Amino acid sequence: MLGKLTWAAIPFDQPIPLVAGAVVLVAILAVLVWVVVKGHLPYLWDEWITSVDHKRIGVMYVLLASVMLLRGFSDAIMMRAQQAVAFQSPGFLPPEHYNQIFSAHGTIMIFFVAMPFVIGLMNLVVPLQLGVRDVAFPTLNSVGFWLTATGALLVNVSLVVGEFARTGWLPYPPLSELTYSPGVGVDYYLWSLEISGVGTLVAGVNLVTTVLKIRTKGMNYLRMPMFCWTTLASNLLIIAAFPILTATLAMLILDRYLGFHFFTNEAGGNMMMFMNLIWAWGHPEVYILVLPAFGIFSEVVSTFSGKPLFGYRSMVLATMVICILSFMVWLHHFFTMGAGADVNAIFGIASMIIAVPTGVKIYNWLFTMYGGRIRFATPMLWSIGFMVTFILGGLTGVLMAVPPADFLLHNSLFLIAHFHNVIIGGVLFGAFAGYTYWFPKAFGFKLHEGLGKAAFWFWLVGFYVAFMPLYAVGFLGMTRRMQHYDVPEWRPWLMLASVGAVVILIGIIFQIAQLVVSIRDREELRDHTGDPWDGRSLEWATSSPPPVFNFAVLPDVSGEDAYWAQKVRAKQPANADEPHYEAIEMPRNSPTGFVCAFFATVTGFALIWHIWWMVIAGLIGAFATFVVFAWRDHDEYEIPAEEVARIDRANISDRRDMISAAGSV
Amino acid sequence: MNILVPQGPIAAADKTILIDSIAIMLAIVLPTIAAIFAFAFWFRKSNTRAFYWPDWEYSGRLELVVWSIPALTIILLGGVAWIGAHQLDPARPVAGTGQTVTIQAVSLDWKWLFIYPDQRIATVNTLTVPVGAPLHFQLTSASVMNAFFVPQLGSMIYTMNGMVTRLNLRADQEGNYQGLSAHFSGDGFPDMLFDVHVVSQTDFADWATKTASGDHALNAEVYKELIKQSVPKDKAVYRLEDPELFQGIATQRIAPGPGPELTAKIGATDAR
Repeated sequence: MLGKLTWAAIPFDQPIPLVAGAVVLVAILAVLVWVVVKGHLPYLWDEWITSVDHKRIGVMYVLLASVMLLRGFSDAIMMRAQQAVAFQSPGFLPPEHYNQIFSAHGTIMIFFVAMPFVIGLMNLVVPLQLGVRDVAFPTLNSVGFWLTATGALLVNVSLVVGEFARTGWLPYPPLSELTYSPGVGVDYYLWSLEISGVGTLVAGVNLVTTVLKIRTKGMNYLRMPMFCWTTLASNLLIIAAFPILTATLAMLILDRYLGFHFFTNEAGGNMMMFMNLIWAWGHPEVYILVLPAFGIFSEVVSTFSGKPLFGYRSMVLATMVICILSFMVWLHHFFTMGAGADVNAIFGIASMIIAVPTGVKIYNWLFTMYGGRIRFATPMLWSIGFMVTFILGGLTGVLMAVPPADFLLHNSLFLIAHFHNVIIGGVLFGAFAGYTYWFPKAFGFKLHEGLGKAAFWFWLVGFYVAFMPLYAVGFLGMTRRMQHYDVPEWRPWLMLASVGAVVILIGIIFQIAQLVVSIRDREELRDHTGDPWDGRSLEWATSSPPPVFNFAVLPDVSGEDAYWAQKVRAKQPANADEPHYEAIEMPRNSPTGFVCAFFATVTGFALIWHIWWMVIAGLIGAFATFVVFAWRDHDEYEIPAEEVARIDRANISDRRDMISAAGSV
Repeated sequence: MNILVPQGPIAAADKTILIDSIAIMLAIVLPTIAAIFAFAFWFRKSNTRAFYWPDWEYSGRLELVVWSIPALTIILLGGVAWIGAHQLDPARPVAGTGQTVTIQAVSLDWKWLFIYPDQRIATVNTLTVPVGAPLHFQLTSASVMNAFFVPQLGSMIYTMNGMVTRLNLRADQEGNYQGLSAHFSGDGFPDMLFDVHVVSQTDFADWATKTASGDHALNAEVYKELIKQSVPKDKAVYRLEDPELFQGIATQRIAPGPGPELTAKIGATDAR
């Protein structure tokens, strides 16, 4: 009846996951009860869960990423604590638990923190920057988000029902094959990523189509803000790379479920095939994450320097070069496989070549600051912190692209320090910069600056204290994923690294405090202008938060930095004719995404536990959802011209007041 | 285990390339970081002495410089990578004094089996090698992937079932070092440490002769126990009964390790 699922699946003997799971469950139930009792459920359902508004979906992506960041970070704290105490002792986490923690940490941080964070920001901002009212496929967009949430949910369910993978964030066979990992852990990993991978692919298709096909009048490719370019590059990579991930994991699923031999030891299976395939996705993946971050930094540095981006065309070229080259370097993840000198050298040099366009970007940001008037608001602090930190991460990355250096450093804690250096220093700092920068656009009030700056400094210092020791201990020969160790020289560095993790924790606490305080003081932090940072691109041309249709009248663009140009023109005496308002058609809300994800969750859970009747029920449900959606008749509604005019007039008068108030100072 | 204190020519050459590469990159990285701080500080809004060019967005000369600096660095470093990858290819034989010692390393769940086919001996989690002699390793796995790594002797390499990888090393200083698995392989992974004893060539010959006439033989039955998942407490040495054992493992004539479930079942039958 319930397949492999029995009471033994609940880890009653392991207090840590059980207590953690119970706390999370109680928290979720408390929130649900509060929502229902207070009568917020209809609001939540109408305005958020079924929303197909790209801004709402973007916010939900970022919310998902933030919650999962807390989960992934508690894994990190436990790992650091374990390695700090596990010198010549078993520590407090047994191997089977510790191995789940580092596997979950990596999986969560990449797939359910970094990915939803950048996809969320792209969703929120790109249509606004393009000066349009919506994305290409609004309902599909909602489906993509909810499938990502399904993946995240399944990973968290594994905490209390069964176990998670103990094979690392990439489940290298044959360790991940049924022979060596008979439990359901790898199955949780596989189905979570199969489901959320479809969600990501869908999001990628939507954003690429949006950038290519839906731009406002005059917004040709070389007038698009840099963030739109990096969004395009990143989502092209998603479309090209994520099917590889899905197919590779599907092959492992066939091995585990139906006795195939793609990657097994026996019957001609080949583990090297898995490593090649997974990194053919895995290396583009890091550029999927970091390119949008580069876009964010381009916007932020330009805005807070009060200057256009230096070398815009050069940046576009560099972005697209990175986009293409990222597919040609995957082998540097396994120089130590013994492929031979020519192969290693060619892939080593190819990897280094990516450093050229990346270096160009750094210099272009540098010269964007040159001759500027730099305001050190929180997003700018994250950007400068990024530039310095990312250069160091790039240095250690290029170092490991030299095969003989990699022969010593591969899989060591030096490698761990390197990729945290680029992912925290690049992607996460970028995400935080974007979060602070666009928060007022999404919600109409700014985040508290003082607390934001405090969070930045603790994160920055914490990062260096946590990861510089790992570089050092990598030189001392320490390899990754050690549950305990006997080498006394390693210990002081690992203790220091755990101190760094605590400093980062303080940074996270400041971020939570910043959010809470900002919501409390939202009236004081209110932004009436829609343009709190003196921005340059079109998202600042509309109100904060923007109306559901974004722009009452679609803007007409005649150059780069479209909104800056409008502002410059506005200083000259102009004819203030009211534009001609027309009725706007917007897509109707749809529960398709949520219902789809519900059935995906049921199906995924059933597949993990071999509950076949439930698998069939889930698949039928998902198909029925699709049929209902495909046959619906009314998919749009109309906002009458008077309503558009009313909203826009209110917005314009709000802004006029602000401008005249500024003029009187 | 410090890779910055190499004890052989491969480790020393790896380390030299590592240090040189860092130095080459620091030559442009440090000025760039300094420029970031300098520009950010000088062009702060409150600095009234700094000029403001609100429309400056392009300079062909600067663009040329901006593309050239990283490109030139990478051309230099690419040369280092090309030459280094060829000279330090793990499969490339290493020169040395005395006869080449062939060692066949097998990673098991969770221990290392070292086979000396010419000396007809085998050891678990302990490796004894003669100083100065070329060491030729053939490596495979009898279960999941691992990586063979003696940090102070140099380059690591993967071990994979059904495949043989090759690695050539040399130890130049007598002494005791440590090796480990550098690729995660399951619950017993952190215990896959092994001792490396670098001894004089005569001592090595004596040790080999003595071990080859020892009591314990590595035969099919002992091997059947070895491939079960376990972390051995002692470092056993054996006389090698079957000199073709490594080929048998590498070609899968001898089946790979059974993994956790079958190990448990075998244990249960034995208990009965």
